Amino acid sequence: MSRGSRGRRRFNPDRDVKEWTGAYVPYDILKEAFVAFLAVAALIALLAIVFSSPDEHAVTLKTWSAADPVDFAQTAITELDGTSGTATYGPPYNATPDASQHIGFFEPNQWLGVHQPVDTAQDFVIGPLRTLPNQQATQLAITTYESAPAAQQATWTTAYEKSVANAIDFHGRLHVPAGRYGPVGVIIGSLTAMSQTGGLDGTLLSDGQFYNTNYTKPLLFLADGNYLAARAGTQHLQGDQWGMMNETGNFPGQAWLWLYTMWYQVPPMNTSANGDLEVWGLMMLLSLGLIFLPFIPGLRSIPRWTRVYKVIWRHHYRELAAS
Amino acid sequence: MSIDTRPSTSEPVPASEESRQWTARVRRSAESAFPPNRLLPDRQPAYMASWIYVFGVLTVVGLGWVIITGCVLAVMGPSWWHVSSVGLFVNSLHLWSVEAFFFFMVVHLWGKFFMAAWRGNRRLTWATGVISFLVSVGAAFTGYLSQQNFDSQWISTQAKDGINATGAGAVWNVLNFGQMLMWHIVLLPIVVALIAGLHVLLVRRRGIVPPFDLTEDGDEVQEAAPGPDPA
Repeated sequence: MSRGSRGRRRFNPDRDVKEWTGAYVPYDILKEAFVAFLAVAALIALLAIVFSSPDEHAVTLKTWSAADPVDFAQTAITELDGTSGTATYGPPYNATPDASQHIGFFEPNQWLGVHQPVDTAQDFVIGPLRTLPNQQATQLAITTYESAPAAQQATWTTAYEKSVANAIDFHGRLHVPAGRYGPVGVIIGSLTAMSQTGGLDGTLLSDGQFYNTNYTKPLLFLADGNYLAARAGTQHLQGDQWGMMNETGNFPGQAWLWLYTMWYQVPPMNTSANGDLEVWGLMMLLSLGLIFLPFIPGLRSIPRWTRVYKVIWRHHYRELAAS
Repeated sequence: MSIDTRPSTSEPVPASEESRQWTARVRRSAESAFPPNRLLPDRQPAYMASWIYVFGVLTVVGLGWVIITGCVLAVMGPSWWHVSSVGLFVNSLHLWSVEAFFFFMVVHLWGKFFMAAWRGNRRLTWATGVISFLVSVGAAFTGYLSQQNFDSQWISTQAKDGINATGAGAVWNVLNFGQMLMWHIVLLPIVVALIAGLHVLLVRRRGIVPPFDLTEDGDEVQEAAPGPDPA
Protein backbone atom coordinates (compact mmCIF):
# COMPACT_ATOMS: atom_id res chain seq x y z
CA MET A 1 0.00 0.00 0.00
CA SER A 2 1.55 3.27 -1.07
CA ARG A 3 0.89 6.62 0.44
CA GLY A 4 0.89 10.04 -1.11
CA SER A 5 3.03 12.92 -0.02
CA ARG A 6 0.36 14.14 2.39
CA GLY A 7 -0.31 10.75 4.00
CA ARG A 8 -3.28 9.95 1.78
CA ARG A 9 -3.50 6.49 0.23
CA ARG A 10 -3.56 5.90 -3.48
CA PHE A 11 -7.13 5.31 -4.66
CA ASN A 12 -7.93 1.63 -4.83
CA PRO A 13 -11.25 0.86 -6.60
CA ASP A 14 -11.70 -2.31 -4.53
CA ARG A 15 -11.40 -0.40 -1.28
CA ASP A 16 -12.16 3.26 -1.89
CA VAL A 17 -15.03 5.09 -3.49
CA LYS A 18 -15.88 8.57 -4.60
CA GLU A 19 -18.89 9.43 -2.47
CA TRP A 20 -22.05 10.27 -4.34
CA THR A 21 -22.56 13.90 -5.35
CA GLY A 22 -25.28 13.22 -7.90
CA ALA A 23 -29.06 13.32 -7.78
CA TYR A 24 -31.32 12.10 -4.98
CA VAL A 25 -34.88 10.88 -5.40
CA PRO A 26 -37.78 10.75 -2.92
CA TYR A 27 -37.80 7.62 -0.76
CA ASP A 28 -40.27 6.69 2.01
CA ILE A 29 -38.32 4.19 4.11
CA LEU A 30 -41.12 3.53 6.61
CA LYS A 31 -43.70 2.97 3.88
CA GLU A 32 -41.34 0.52 2.17
CA ALA A 33 -40.79 -1.33 5.45
CA PHE A 34 -44.53 -1.48 6.15
CA VAL A 35 -45.38 -2.79 2.69
CA ALA A 36 -42.55 -5.34 3.00
CA PHE A 37 -43.88 -6.37 6.43
CA LEU A 38 -47.32 -7.10 4.97
CA ALA A 39 -45.93 -8.78 1.86
CA VAL A 40 -43.74 -11.13 3.90
CA ALA A 41 -46.68 -11.86 6.18
CA ALA A 42 -48.77 -12.85 3.18
CA LEU A 43 -45.94 -14.96 1.78
CA ILE A 44 -45.27 -16.96 4.94
CA ALA A 45 -49.00 -17.36 5.64
CA LEU A 46 -49.49 -18.77 2.15
CA LEU A 47 -46.54 -21.15 2.55
CA ALA A 48 -47.76 -22.23 6.00
CA ILE A 49 -51.28 -22.93 4.74
CA VAL A 50 -50.12 -24.83 1.65
CA PHE A 51 -47.15 -26.75 3.02
CA SER A 52 -47.55 -26.67 6.86
CA SER A 53 -44.45 -27.94 8.69
CA PRO A 54 -43.00 -31.41 9.33
CA ASP A 55 -43.45 -33.12 12.69
CA GLU A 56 -42.28 -36.72 12.47
CA HIS A 57 -42.77 -38.34 15.89
CA ALA A 58 -39.64 -38.92 17.91
CA VAL A 59 -38.28 -42.45 18.25
CA THR A 60 -38.32 -43.77 21.80
CA LEU A 61 -36.42 -46.67 23.28
CA LYS A 62 -39.84 -48.29 23.68
CA THR A 63 -40.77 -48.00 20.00
CA TRP A 64 -37.28 -49.11 18.95
CA SER A 65 -37.21 -52.23 21.15
CA ALA A 66 -40.78 -53.11 20.14
CA ALA A 67 -40.22 -52.58 16.41
CA ASP A 68 -36.77 -54.17 16.25
CA PRO A 69 -35.87 -56.08 19.45
CA VAL A 70 -32.97 -57.82 17.71
CA ASP A 71 -31.25 -54.54 16.85
CA PHE A 72 -31.97 -53.30 20.36
CA ALA A 73 -30.39 -56.40 21.94
CA GLN A 74 -27.41 -56.29 19.58
CA THR A 75 -26.84 -52.67 20.62
CA ALA A 76 -27.44 -53.32 24.33
CA ILE A 77 -24.73 -55.98 24.50
CA THR A 78 -22.20 -53.52 23.05
CA GLU A 79 -23.20 -51.04 25.75
CA LEU A 80 -22.63 -53.74 28.39
CA ASP A 81 -19.24 -54.90 27.10
CA GLY A 82 -18.01 -51.39 26.27
CA THR A 83 -17.65 -51.74 22.51
CA SER A 84 -20.48 -49.46 21.35
CA GLY A 85 -19.96 -46.16 19.58
CA THR A 86 -20.65 -44.22 22.77
CA ALA A 87 -18.50 -46.50 24.96
CA THR A 88 -15.49 -45.94 22.69
CA TYR A 89 -16.27 -42.31 21.80
CA GLY A 90 -13.77 -40.53 24.00
CA PRO A 91 -14.32 -36.96 25.26
CA PRO A 92 -16.68 -35.44 26.24
CA TYR A 93 -18.35 -38.76 27.24
CA ASN A 94 -15.44 -40.91 28.43
CA ALA A 95 -11.67 -41.09 28.47
CA THR A 96 -11.12 -43.68 25.72
CA PRO A 97 -7.50 -43.11 24.63
CA ASP A 98 -6.72 -41.94 21.07
CA ALA A 99 -10.41 -41.55 20.24
CA SER A 100 -10.49 -37.78 19.70
CA GLN A 101 -10.25 -36.34 16.23
CA HIS A 102 -7.08 -34.36 15.55
CA ILE A 103 -5.15 -32.50 12.90
CA GLY A 104 -1.51 -33.03 13.77
CA PHE A 105 -1.00 -31.90 17.34
CA PHE A 106 -4.29 -29.94 17.28
CA GLU A 107 -6.67 -32.06 19.37
CA PRO A 108 -9.11 -29.70 21.12
CA ASN A 109 -11.59 -32.38 22.14
CA GLN A 110 -8.87 -34.26 24.03
CA TRP A 111 -7.57 -31.07 25.64
CA LEU A 112 -10.98 -30.16 27.06
CA GLY A 113 -11.62 -33.66 28.41
CA VAL A 114 -14.69 -35.44 29.77
CA HIS A 115 -17.58 -33.10 30.63
CA GLN A 116 -20.66 -35.29 29.99
CA PRO A 117 -19.54 -38.56 31.63
CA VAL A 118 -21.29 -41.68 30.36
CA ASP A 119 -20.51 -45.22 31.54
CA THR A 120 -22.58 -47.23 29.08
CA ALA A 121 -22.60 -50.48 31.08
CA GLN A 122 -23.75 -48.81 34.27
CA ASP A 123 -25.87 -45.97 32.82
CA PHE A 124 -27.60 -47.85 29.99
CA VAL A 125 -27.85 -51.44 31.25
CA ILE A 126 -27.02 -52.28 34.87
CA GLY A 127 -28.27 -49.08 36.51
CA PRO A 128 -31.73 -49.14 34.90
CA LEU A 129 -32.15 -52.88 35.64
CA ARG A 130 -31.24 -52.27 39.30
CA THR A 131 -34.34 -50.08 39.57
CA LEU A 132 -36.66 -53.00 38.72
CA PRO A 133 -38.50 -54.35 41.78
CA ASN A 134 -39.51 -57.98 42.26
CA GLN A 135 -37.22 -59.38 39.59
CA GLN A 136 -34.96 -61.67 41.55
CA ALA A 137 -33.65 -63.54 38.50
CA THR A 138 -32.53 -60.29 36.88
CA GLN A 139 -30.91 -58.99 40.07
CA LEU A 140 -29.12 -62.33 40.59
CA ALA A 141 -27.87 -62.26 36.98
CA ILE A 142 -26.49 -58.74 37.45
CA THR A 143 -24.81 -59.70 40.71
CA THR A 144 -23.27 -62.76 39.07
CA TYR A 145 -22.03 -60.69 36.13
CA GLU A 146 -20.58 -57.92 38.25
CA SER A 147 -18.81 -60.26 40.65
CA ALA A 148 -17.19 -62.27 37.85
CA PRO A 149 -13.61 -61.54 36.72
CA ALA A 150 -13.27 -59.31 33.66
CA ALA A 151 -12.06 -62.23 31.54
CA GLN A 152 -15.18 -64.22 32.42
CA GLN A 153 -17.39 -61.24 31.64
CA ALA A 154 -15.70 -60.92 28.25
CA THR A 155 -16.24 -64.63 27.54
CA TRP A 156 -19.95 -64.28 28.30
CA THR A 157 -20.47 -61.09 26.30
CA THR A 158 -18.53 -62.42 23.31
CA ALA A 159 -20.62 -65.58 23.32
CA TYR A 160 -23.81 -63.53 23.55
CA GLU A 161 -22.75 -61.27 20.68
CA LYS A 162 -22.31 -64.37 18.49
CA SER A 163 -25.68 -65.75 19.46
CA VAL A 164 -27.61 -62.50 19.22
CA ALA A 165 -26.28 -62.05 15.70
CA ASN A 166 -28.61 -64.93 14.79
CA ALA A 167 -31.50 -63.84 17.00
CA ILE A 168 -34.99 -63.53 15.60
CA ASP A 169 -37.89 -61.23 16.25
CA PHE A 170 -40.94 -63.42 16.88
CA HIS A 171 -43.99 -61.16 17.10
CA GLY A 172 -42.03 -58.50 18.95
CA ARG A 173 -40.30 -60.93 21.30
CA LEU A 174 -36.56 -61.52 21.26
CA HIS A 175 -35.41 -65.11 20.65
CA VAL A 176 -31.68 -65.64 21.04
CA PRO A 177 -30.12 -69.03 20.19
CA ALA A 178 -28.73 -70.88 23.17
CA GLY A 179 -25.08 -70.35 24.03
CA ARG A 180 -22.55 -70.26 26.85
CA TYR A 181 -23.23 -66.63 27.72
CA GLY A 182 -24.04 -67.14 31.41
CA PRO A 183 -26.11 -64.35 33.03
CA VAL A 184 -25.83 -62.03 30.04
CA GLY A 185 -28.84 -63.56 28.31
CA VAL A 186 -31.05 -62.74 31.30
CA ILE A 187 -29.58 -59.22 31.58
CA ILE A 188 -30.14 -58.27 27.94
CA GLY A 189 -33.49 -60.05 27.82
CA SER A 190 -34.67 -58.15 30.89
CA LEU A 191 -33.42 -54.85 29.49
CA THR A 192 -35.28 -55.50 26.22
CA ALA A 193 -38.48 -56.32 28.11
CA MET A 194 -38.04 -53.25 30.32
CA SER A 195 -37.56 -51.07 27.28
CA GLN A 196 -40.65 -52.51 25.57
CA THR A 197 -42.76 -51.37 28.52
CA GLY A 198 -41.36 -47.81 28.29
CA GLY A 199 -39.53 -48.08 31.60
CA LEU A 200 -36.08 -47.55 30.12
CA ASP A 201 -37.00 -44.19 28.55
CA GLY A 202 -37.95 -42.74 31.91
CA THR A 203 -35.03 -44.26 33.76
CA LEU A 204 -32.40 -42.94 31.35
CA LEU A 205 -33.89 -39.47 31.43
CA SER A 206 -34.56 -39.09 35.14
CA ASP A 207 -30.95 -38.84 36.32
CA GLY A 208 -32.25 -38.73 39.87
CA GLN A 209 -34.38 -35.63 39.39
CA PHE A 210 -38.09 -35.10 38.88
CA TYR A 211 -37.64 -32.43 36.20
CA ASN A 212 -35.13 -33.06 33.45
CA THR A 213 -34.50 -31.64 30.00
CA ASN A 214 -31.19 -33.34 29.24
CA TYR A 215 -31.68 -36.16 26.70
CA THR A 216 -27.98 -36.97 26.28
CA LYS A 217 -28.13 -40.58 27.50
CA PRO A 218 -31.25 -41.83 25.66
CA LEU A 219 -30.11 -40.11 22.47
CA LEU A 220 -26.65 -41.68 22.67
CA PHE A 221 -28.20 -45.11 23.24
CA LEU A 222 -30.57 -44.61 20.28
CA ALA A 223 -27.74 -43.41 18.05
CA ASP A 224 -25.65 -46.50 18.81
CA GLY A 225 -28.27 -48.76 17.16
CA ASN A 226 -29.17 -49.15 13.52
CA TYR A 227 -32.89 -48.41 13.89
CA LEU A 228 -32.57 -44.62 14.09
CA ALA A 229 -30.13 -44.52 11.17
CA ALA A 230 -32.31 -46.79 9.02
CA ARG A 231 -35.29 -44.56 9.61
CA ALA A 232 -33.16 -41.51 8.77
CA GLY A 233 -32.09 -43.19 5.55
CA THR A 234 -35.69 -43.53 4.39
CA GLN A 235 -36.08 -39.78 5.05
CA HIS A 236 -32.95 -38.90 3.00
CA LEU A 237 -31.18 -37.69 6.13
CA GLN A 238 -28.01 -39.79 6.10
CA GLY A 239 -24.65 -38.04 5.87
CA ASP A 240 -24.04 -39.26 2.32
CA GLN A 241 -27.51 -37.97 1.40
CA TRP A 242 -26.59 -34.39 2.35
CA GLY A 243 -28.53 -35.11 5.52
CA MET A 244 -27.25 -32.26 7.69
CA MET A 245 -29.15 -29.71 5.58
CA ASN A 246 -32.31 -31.80 5.06
CA GLU A 247 -35.30 -32.42 7.24
CA THR A 248 -38.08 -34.99 7.15
CA GLY A 249 -40.51 -34.79 4.25
CA ASN A 250 -40.05 -32.57 1.24
CA PHE A 251 -39.20 -29.42 3.13
CA PRO A 252 -36.24 -27.21 2.30
CA GLY A 253 -34.52 -27.76 5.65
CA GLN A 254 -31.34 -25.87 6.45
CA ALA A 255 -30.40 -25.11 2.83
CA TRP A 256 -27.94 -22.49 4.10
CA LEU A 257 -25.75 -25.35 5.34
CA TRP A 258 -25.08 -26.52 1.76
CA LEU A 259 -21.39 -25.64 1.84
CA TYR A 260 -20.84 -27.27 5.24
CA THR A 261 -22.65 -30.41 4.07
CA MET A 262 -20.81 -30.46 0.75
CA TRP A 263 -17.42 -30.94 2.39
CA TYR A 264 -18.66 -34.23 3.88
CA GLN A 265 -19.30 -35.52 0.34
CA VAL A 266 -15.79 -34.94 -1.04
CA PRO A 267 -12.34 -36.43 -0.37
CA PRO A 268 -10.49 -36.49 1.90
CA MET A 269 -13.17 -35.49 4.43
CA ASN A 270 -15.71 -38.12 3.36
CA THR A 271 -13.35 -40.96 4.30
CA SER A 272 -11.13 -39.32 6.93
CA ALA A 273 -11.25 -40.45 10.55
CA ASN A 274 -10.81 -36.77 11.41
CA GLY A 275 -13.39 -35.57 8.88
CA ASP A 276 -15.52 -33.59 11.35
CA LEU A 277 -12.59 -31.57 12.63
CA GLU A 278 -11.31 -31.01 9.09
CA VAL A 279 -14.71 -29.77 7.88
CA TRP A 280 -15.16 -27.50 10.90
CA GLY A 281 -11.65 -26.13 10.54
CA LEU A 282 -12.28 -25.44 6.87
CA MET A 283 -15.61 -23.75 7.56
CA MET A 284 -14.11 -21.57 10.29
CA LEU A 285 -11.36 -20.45 7.91
CA LEU A 286 -13.89 -19.71 5.17
CA SER A 287 -16.12 -17.82 7.60
CA LEU A 288 -13.20 -15.69 8.76
CA GLY A 289 -12.30 -15.16 5.11
CA LEU A 290 -15.80 -13.89 4.40
CA ILE A 291 -15.73 -11.52 7.39
CA PHE A 292 -12.34 -10.12 6.44
CA LEU A 293 -12.87 -10.30 2.68
CA PRO A 294 -12.59 -6.49 2.27
CA PHE A 295 -8.98 -6.78 3.43
CA ILE A 296 -7.94 -9.67 1.17
CA PRO A 297 -6.33 -8.56 -2.12
CA GLY A 298 -7.58 -10.56 -5.06
CA LEU A 299 -10.74 -11.79 -3.41
CA ARG A 300 -12.02 -8.25 -2.91
CA SER A 301 -11.45 -7.61 -6.62
CA ILE A 302 -13.83 -10.38 -7.73
CA PRO A 303 -16.87 -8.04 -7.91
CA ARG A 304 -14.96 -5.70 -10.23
CA TRP A 305 -13.68 -8.56 -12.38
CA THR A 306 -17.01 -10.35 -12.73
CA ARG A 307 -18.85 -7.08 -13.53
CA VAL A 308 -22.15 -8.34 -12.14
CA TYR A 309 -22.48 -4.82 -10.75
CA LYS A 310 -23.15 -3.58 -14.27
CA VAL A 311 -26.42 -5.50 -14.17
CA ILE A 312 -27.26 -4.20 -10.70
CA TRP A 313 -26.59 -0.57 -11.59
CA ARG A 314 -27.62 -0.81 -15.24
CA HIS A 315 -30.13 2.09 -14.94
CA HIS A 316 -27.48 4.29 -13.39
CA TYR A 317 -24.93 3.55 -16.10
CA ARG A 318 -27.55 3.92 -18.84
CA GLU A 319 -28.49 7.37 -17.54
CA LEU A 320 -24.84 8.32 -17.26
CA ALA A 321 -24.26 7.26 -20.87
CA ALA A 322 -27.35 9.17 -22.01
CA SER A 323 -26.21 12.33 -20.27
CA MET B 1 -41.04 16.08 54.72
CA SER B 2 -41.33 17.66 51.30
CA ILE B 3 -38.69 17.37 48.65
CA ASP B 4 -37.88 20.31 46.42
CA THR B 5 -37.80 18.93 42.89
CA ARG B 6 -37.36 22.30 41.22
CA PRO B 7 -34.13 22.65 39.25
CA SER B 8 -31.55 24.65 41.08
CA THR B 9 -30.83 27.99 39.49
CA SER B 10 -28.45 29.31 42.09
CA GLU B 11 -25.54 27.04 41.19
CA PRO B 12 -25.52 26.27 37.46
CA VAL B 13 -23.32 23.44 36.26
CA PRO B 14 -20.24 24.87 34.53
CA ALA B 15 -20.28 24.34 30.77
CA SER B 16 -16.88 22.65 30.80
CA GLU B 17 -17.96 20.22 33.50
CA GLU B 18 -21.18 19.41 31.65
CA SER B 19 -19.26 18.74 28.45
CA ARG B 20 -17.20 16.09 30.24
CA GLN B 21 -20.23 14.14 31.41
CA TRP B 22 -20.52 10.63 29.99
CA THR B 23 -24.17 11.30 29.26
CA ALA B 24 -23.45 14.52 27.43
CA ARG B 25 -20.67 12.92 25.40
CA VAL B 26 -22.84 10.00 24.35
CA ARG B 27 -25.68 12.37 23.41
CA ARG B 28 -23.36 14.55 21.31
CA SER B 29 -21.86 11.50 19.57
CA ALA B 30 -25.29 10.06 18.81
CA GLU B 31 -26.56 13.37 17.50
CA SER B 32 -23.49 13.74 15.34
CA ALA B 33 -23.58 10.19 13.96
CA PHE B 34 -27.32 9.92 13.51
CA PRO B 35 -29.00 13.22 12.75
CA PRO B 36 -32.73 12.61 12.15
CA ASN B 37 -32.53 13.02 8.38
CA ARG B 38 -29.85 10.33 8.25
CA LEU B 39 -31.61 7.94 10.60
CA LEU B 40 -34.95 8.30 8.81
CA PRO B 41 -34.15 9.63 5.33
CA ASP B 42 -36.87 10.76 2.94
CA ARG B 43 -34.69 10.59 -0.17
CA GLN B 44 -32.07 8.26 -1.53
CA PRO B 45 -29.31 8.40 -4.18
CA ALA B 46 -30.64 7.99 -7.71
CA TYR B 47 -28.41 4.96 -8.40
CA MET B 48 -30.48 2.81 -6.00
CA ALA B 49 -32.98 2.01 -8.76
CA SER B 50 -32.66 -1.78 -8.49
CA TRP B 51 -34.73 -4.57 -6.96
CA ILE B 52 -31.64 -5.89 -5.21
CA TYR B 53 -31.96 -3.08 -2.65
CA VAL B 54 -35.34 -4.41 -1.56
CA PHE B 55 -33.70 -7.52 -0.07
CA GLY B 56 -32.10 -5.52 2.72
CA VAL B 57 -35.42 -4.38 4.13
CA LEU B 58 -36.95 -7.79 3.36
CA THR B 59 -34.25 -9.39 5.51
CA VAL B 60 -35.02 -7.08 8.42
CA VAL B 61 -38.75 -7.70 8.02
CA GLY B 62 -38.16 -11.46 7.75
CA LEU B 63 -36.23 -11.34 11.04
CA GLY B 64 -39.13 -9.43 12.54
CA TRP B 65 -41.57 -12.18 11.58
CA VAL B 66 -39.20 -14.86 12.90
CA ILE B 67 -39.18 -13.10 16.27
CA ILE B 68 -42.94 -12.46 16.32
CA THR B 69 -43.91 -16.05 15.47
CA GLY B 70 -41.26 -17.37 17.86
CA CYS B 71 -42.70 -15.23 20.65
CA VAL B 72 -46.17 -16.67 20.02
CA LEU B 73 -44.71 -20.19 20.28
CA ALA B 74 -42.92 -19.17 23.48
CA VAL B 75 -46.18 -17.94 25.04
CA MET B 76 -47.70 -21.41 24.80
CA GLY B 77 -44.55 -23.42 25.49
CA PRO B 78 -42.35 -25.78 23.49
CA SER B 79 -44.79 -28.70 23.31
CA TRP B 80 -47.88 -26.75 22.24
CA TRP B 81 -47.38 -27.05 18.50
CA HIS B 82 -47.27 -30.87 18.69
CA VAL B 83 -50.78 -31.14 20.12
CA SER B 84 -52.64 -28.14 18.72
CA SER B 85 -53.66 -27.40 15.13
CA VAL B 86 -53.32 -23.70 15.87
CA GLY B 87 -49.91 -24.39 17.34
CA LEU B 88 -48.90 -26.33 14.23
CA PHE B 89 -49.95 -23.38 12.07
CA VAL B 90 -47.93 -20.94 14.18
CA ASN B 91 -44.97 -23.31 13.99
CA SER B 92 -45.42 -23.41 10.21
CA LEU B 93 -45.39 -19.60 10.13
CA HIS B 94 -42.20 -19.70 12.19
CA LEU B 95 -40.58 -22.24 9.89
CA TRP B 96 -41.44 -20.39 6.70
CA SER B 97 -40.45 -17.04 8.15
CA VAL B 98 -37.04 -18.56 8.90
CA GLU B 99 -36.79 -19.92 5.35
CA ALA B 100 -37.83 -16.54 3.92
CA PHE B 101 -35.42 -14.68 6.23
CA PHE B 102 -32.48 -16.78 5.07
CA PHE B 103 -33.47 -16.53 1.41
CA PHE B 104 -33.68 -12.73 1.64
CA MET B 105 -30.45 -12.54 3.62
CA VAL B 106 -28.46 -14.70 1.20
CA VAL B 107 -29.68 -12.71 -1.83
CA HIS B 108 -28.85 -9.50 0.08
CA LEU B 109 -25.38 -10.86 0.93
CA TRP B 110 -24.58 -11.87 -2.66
CA GLY B 111 -25.93 -8.57 -3.93
CA LYS B 112 -23.68 -6.64 -1.56
CA PHE B 113 -20.73 -8.84 -2.50
CA PHE B 114 -21.10 -8.04 -6.19
CA MET B 115 -21.45 -4.34 -5.34
CA ALA B 116 -18.24 -4.57 -3.29
CA ALA B 117 -20.30 -2.84 -0.63
CA TRP B 118 -17.35 -2.60 1.77
CA ARG B 119 -15.81 0.23 -0.28
CA GLY B 120 -15.50 3.67 1.22
CA ASN B 121 -14.95 2.82 4.87
CA ARG B 122 -17.88 0.37 4.96
CA ARG B 123 -15.87 -2.69 6.02
CA LEU B 124 -17.48 -2.83 9.45
CA THR B 125 -20.91 -2.73 7.81
CA TRP B 126 -19.89 -5.74 5.71
CA ALA B 127 -18.39 -7.59 8.70
CA THR B 128 -21.47 -7.10 10.89
CA GLY B 129 -23.64 -8.37 8.04
CA VAL B 130 -21.58 -11.54 7.68
CA ILE B 131 -21.44 -12.11 11.45
CA SER B 132 -25.19 -11.61 11.63
CA PHE B 133 -25.59 -14.31 8.98
CA LEU B 134 -23.30 -16.74 10.82
CA VAL B 135 -25.02 -16.22 14.18
CA SER B 136 -28.39 -16.65 12.47
CA VAL B 137 -27.21 -20.04 11.18
CA GLY B 138 -26.50 -21.01 14.79
CA ALA B 139 -29.89 -19.71 15.92
CA ALA B 140 -31.70 -21.69 13.24
CA PHE B 141 -29.66 -24.79 14.05
CA THR B 142 -30.64 -24.68 17.72
CA GLY B 143 -34.24 -24.27 16.55
CA TYR B 144 -34.01 -27.56 14.69
CA LEU B 145 -32.60 -29.14 17.86
CA SER B 146 -35.51 -27.78 19.92
CA GLN B 147 -38.34 -29.27 17.86
CA GLN B 148 -38.69 -32.39 20.07
CA ASN B 149 -39.30 -34.70 17.13
CA PHE B 150 -37.39 -37.09 14.87
CA ASP B 151 -35.61 -34.21 13.11
CA SER B 152 -34.22 -33.03 16.43
CA GLN B 153 -33.08 -36.52 17.37
CA TRP B 154 -31.31 -37.16 14.10
CA ILE B 155 -29.78 -33.72 13.63
CA SER B 156 -28.50 -33.59 17.22
CA THR B 157 -26.97 -37.07 17.17
CA GLN B 158 -25.25 -36.33 13.86
CA ALA B 159 -24.16 -32.80 14.75
CA LYS B 160 -22.61 -33.83 18.06
CA ASP B 161 -19.61 -35.31 16.26
CA GLY B 162 -18.71 -32.05 14.56
CA ILE B 163 -19.30 -29.97 17.68
CA ASN B 164 -17.40 -32.42 19.90
CA ALA B 165 -14.47 -32.55 17.44
CA THR B 166 -13.89 -28.82 18.00
CA GLY B 167 -13.96 -29.26 21.77
CA ALA B 168 -17.07 -27.08 22.08
CA GLY B 169 -19.06 -30.15 23.12
CA ALA B 170 -17.47 -29.84 26.55
CA VAL B 171 -19.78 -26.91 27.31
CA TRP B 172 -22.26 -26.84 24.43
CA ASN B 173 -24.15 -30.14 24.47
CA VAL B 174 -26.42 -30.44 21.43
CA LEU B 175 -28.11 -33.48 23.01
CA ASN B 176 -29.29 -31.35 25.95
CA PHE B 177 -32.72 -30.11 24.87
CA GLY B 178 -33.05 -27.61 27.70
CA GLN B 179 -29.70 -26.01 26.96
CA MET B 180 -30.39 -25.79 23.22
CA LEU B 181 -33.85 -24.31 23.79
CA MET B 182 -32.38 -21.58 26.00
CA TRP B 183 -29.77 -20.75 23.38
CA HIS B 184 -32.47 -20.72 20.70
CA ILE B 185 -35.00 -18.47 22.40
CA VAL B 186 -32.79 -16.26 24.57
CA LEU B 187 -29.07 -16.02 23.90
CA LEU B 188 -28.76 -16.28 20.12
CA PRO B 189 -31.77 -14.06 19.30
CA ILE B 190 -30.28 -11.35 21.52
CA VAL B 191 -26.96 -11.60 19.67
CA VAL B 192 -28.64 -11.62 16.24
CA ALA B 193 -30.81 -8.63 17.14
CA LEU B 194 -27.85 -6.66 18.51
CA ILE B 195 -25.59 -7.34 15.53
CA ALA B 196 -28.36 -6.81 12.98
CA GLY B 197 -29.26 -3.57 14.77
CA LEU B 198 -25.64 -2.42 14.64
CA HIS B 199 -25.54 -3.37 10.96
CA VAL B 200 -28.60 -1.24 10.18
CA LEU B 201 -27.21 1.71 12.15
CA LEU B 202 -23.93 1.44 10.23
CA VAL B 203 -25.87 1.42 6.96
CA ARG B 204 -27.61 4.62 8.06
CA ARG B 205 -24.30 6.11 9.28
CA ARG B 206 -22.17 5.31 6.22
CA GLY B 207 -24.85 5.33 3.56
CA ILE B 208 -25.26 2.95 0.62
CA VAL B 209 -22.12 2.31 -1.39
CA PRO B 210 -22.07 4.21 -4.71
CA PRO B 211 -21.49 2.39 -8.02
CA PHE B 212 -18.06 1.80 -9.46
CA ASP B 213 -16.89 4.86 -11.34
CA LEU B 214 -16.66 4.06 -15.07
CA THR B 215 -14.64 5.72 -17.82
CA GLU B 216 -16.27 6.66 -21.11
CA ASP B 217 -15.54 3.24 -22.62
CA GLY B 218 -17.18 1.46 -19.70
CA ASP B 219 -14.10 0.32 -17.73
CA GLU B 220 -13.61 1.05 -14.06
CA VAL B 221 -11.58 4.05 -13.07
CA GLN B 222 -8.33 2.64 -11.70
CA GLU B 223 -6.93 5.80 -10.18
CA ALA B 224 -8.77 8.96 -9.46
CA ALA B 225 -8.89 11.60 -6.83
CA PRO B 226 -7.49 10.55 -3.46
CA GLY B 227 -9.91 8.47 -1.47
CA PRO B 228 -10.79 8.90 2.16
CA ASP B 229 -8.31 8.26 4.87
CA PRO B 230 -8.51 4.84 6.49
CA ALA B 231 -10.88 4.65 9.42
